[in-house]
Amino acid sequence: MSEHRINVEVNGRQQHATIEGRLTLGDFLRVNCGYTGVHLGCEHGVCGACTVIVDGKAVRSCLMLAVQADGAKITTVEGLASPDGALHPVQQAMRDEHALQCGFCTPGVVMTLAALTQDGARPSSETLLDAMSGHICRCTGYQGIRRAARKLAGENS
Amino acid sequence: MKPAPFDYVAPRTVEEACQLLSEAGGGATVLAGGQTLMPLLALRMSQPFIIVDINRIAALQGVSKVSGGTRIGPVTRQNDALVDPTLKQALPVLVTALSHVGHHQTRNRGTIGGSIALGEPAAEMPATAVALGAKIEARSVRGVRSIAAEDLYLGPYMTTLEPDELVTGIDYPEWPAGTTPVFREVARRPGDFALIGLVGALGVEDGRITRAGLGWFGMGATPIKARQAEQALLGQSVSGIDVQAIAELAVADTAPFDDHHASADYRQRVGKRVFARALAEALDIRQAA
Ligand code: FES
Ligand code: FES
Repeated sequence: MSEHRINVEVNGRQQHATIEGRLTLGDFLRVNCGYTGVHLGCEHGVCGACTVIVDGKAVRSCLMLAVQADGAKITTVEGLASPDGALHPVQQAMRDEHALQCGFCTPGVVMTLAALTQDGARPSSETLLDAMSGHICRCTGYQGIRRAARKLAGENS
Repeated sequence: MKPAPFDYVAPRTVEEACQLLSEAGGGATVLAGGQTLMPLLALRMSQPFIIVDINRIAALQGVSKVSGGTRIGPVTRQNDALVDPTLKQALPVLVTALSHVGHHQTRNRGTIGGSIALGEPAAEMPATAVALGAKIEARSVRGVRSIAAEDLYLGPYMTTLEPDELVTGIDYPEWPAGTTPVFREVARRPGDFALIGLVGALGVEDGRITRAGLGWFGMGATPIKARQAEQALLGQSVSGIDVQAIAELAVADTAPFDDHHASADYRQRVGKRVFARALAEALDIRQAA
């Protein structure tokens, strides 16, 4: 069993750690770094709740090893709102459209939408809705999430 | 739901990776995009002693034009391939097939080579390689060989790759300009594995079929080349094609089984319609029902 020193930037802060090879990125972020907004649902790539942004791309953090993130820049849901508490546009859209109930799936949904709309990108609602196939929500029936996605695409809902 | 302990190594070169695989004597597993391997590790269905992570080998990434076709590096991410201008122009049907692989989030990690080397019979990438006549380059400390995609698959998740071999390139032959893509799949939800899928390409010149490459996925223990249909199509004039008869031949080459998603009989009945529609659509033939 090998141990590895890694150096990862999470939400703008450098995290140095010595970890086992088998530790997943999701567990590293949640347990080692304390970012409990990373929700681990299925832990085998089915639900999408654990989605975070790694080097600009939305990925499932349970399907990556922490050691693979050495040198990467990661954003979790904790890294989205501004320091003064103002919500990120994706969070605002989710709130405005009542796109969550229990909130378990929400950080994952938010991170996918945030990744696709970063740096002022305006993908089509089709692109955003298609990416929503990677998330399971057991509460909302998806309509609020779809409205939020359409709003982010610049469509009136 | 935590992987069993293993040693992790991330070589920087193909030579190093081959050396590690050779020394491991079958106890190592290659980690590419990890979108299937990570679940298998989490469920402890796979418990390798060593994980050889090939994500840091730059030489295994990217798409390039080569003489006679297009080469895809095995660690090319599915989402990168999806927007690659070379692929869009040379192999549009591969791009269409890719858009059906997993979800946006898994395609950001998942690789073309990983999917091909895994050999899931209902997956799009292995069938596309088989249909288009791709060759898989495999390397080990013993040397390098090229395997025709249709000779790669033995059964679900079983390939003719040796434990010490690493896939180092996938070579797709050139298909002439004007090649018509063929793609259709039936799945319960977007991103699910296909219940029935057909992928391929047809070359048409002066109203005649000059080349045909068609492959099924989800229709047996491996991706399946629709050989009888291909042969029947060659040389035919588009206007004279009996779509139903060719669909019959295409289904004759399949060997689906019953599982909890669909019965073998359902797959063949629907498969025939899928084939007929895909063929008619590709060749713009109007057909009754
Ligand atoms: S916890 Fe990662 S996809 Fe479900
Ligand atoms: S809000 Fe409860 S799972 Fe989506």
